[in-house]
Amino acid sequence: MSSVAVGFELPSKEFQITRETLVRYAGASGDFNVIHWNERIAHDVGLPDVIAHGMLTMGLAVQVVTDWIDDPSALVDYGCRFTRPVVVPDDGVGASLLVTGTVTTVDDDIATIALKAVCAETTVLGKATVRVRVG
Amino acid sequence: MALNTDFVGRSYPPSVPYLVGREKVREFARALGVTDPVTTDTEAARARGYADVVAPPTYVIRLSLAAVEKVATDPELGLDYTRVVHGDQRFEYTRPIVAGDELVCQVTIDGIRSVAGNDMITARADITTTAGEHVVTSYSVLVARGTDEESS
Repeated sequence: MSSVAVGFELPSKEFQITRETLVRYAGASGDFNVIHWNERIAHDVGLPDVIAHGMLTMGLAVQVVTDWIDDPSALVDYGCRFTRPVVVPDDGVGASLLVTGTVTTVDDDIATIALKAVCAETTVLGKATVRVRVG
Repeated sequence: MALNTDFVGRSYPPSVPYLVGREKVREFARALGVTDPVTTDTEAARARGYADVVAPPTYVIRLSLAAVEKVATDPELGLDYTRVVHGDQRFEYTRPIVAGDELVCQVTIDGIRSVAGNDMITARADITTTAGEHVVTSYSVLVARGTDEESS
C-alpha cells in the first residue's frame, strides 16, 4: 500500500437506505431523534420527509476507506460536515447513496482521502476527509 | 448572541465508565452493513491481533454525543436544544475501540460562536480507557438554527 499515488480512486460503494435501515441504525446507535422515523414531526419542522441520521451517512461513507485499507488500526482521523439531508421516503425503495474516494495527498506514510457522498444528485457530506497510515 | 461564552474552555467531569459489549459492536456493524468479519467474528478479530471484535470507526458517537448532549442541555449555556442539528463531526484515532474496552468520556467546550444567525458550539470529547489510555477524541459542532432571527 506504500505505493499509493495522489489521484488514485478507491473502489466506490453504493448503499440503499430504507426506513428499515434507519430503524436498525437508531437502535444500534441509541439515536432516537424523531426526525429519523416520524414523518409527521419531520414535516412539522420543515423537512420534506424523514431524513437519515448524519452519523449513519458518515458511518456508511467511511466503508469505502475501511474496505480498501483492510486494517482497522490504520485510521488517523475522519471528519465531515453534514451539509444536506438524506431524505428517505417510505416507498419501499428509499434513498441511494453513492460514495467515492480519491487520494488527494500522500505525506510520508499518511494518505489523505477525500470522500464524496451523493444522494439524489446532491452532495450530502461536505469536506469529508479520511487520513490513513499506508506505510 | 444567545450563548453564554463563559462556557468556552469549560471541562466536565468524566462520564461513568462505558463497557463496550461484543453484541453492541456486532449490532452496530450490522446496522451499517459492514462486511469485514473483524467487526462481528471474534476468531477473525483474534487472528488479526485484536482481543475481541473491533468497532467500526463511528461507533464512538454512542458515547461522545450522549456526553455532549448532557452538557449542551445545561440551561446556563443558553442553547435551544430543540433547534440543534449536528453540523460537523471529526474523530482523531489513537486506536480502534474493541469489545471489552471500558471507556470514559470527558467533554470540554472548545468554542462558541455565532455565524449567519446560527449559534454554534464545538464540543470535544476525549475518550480514554479507565486505565487512562487515550483511544479517540471526538469533535462535534452543534448548530442551533436561526436563533438570531427569533430574537429580532
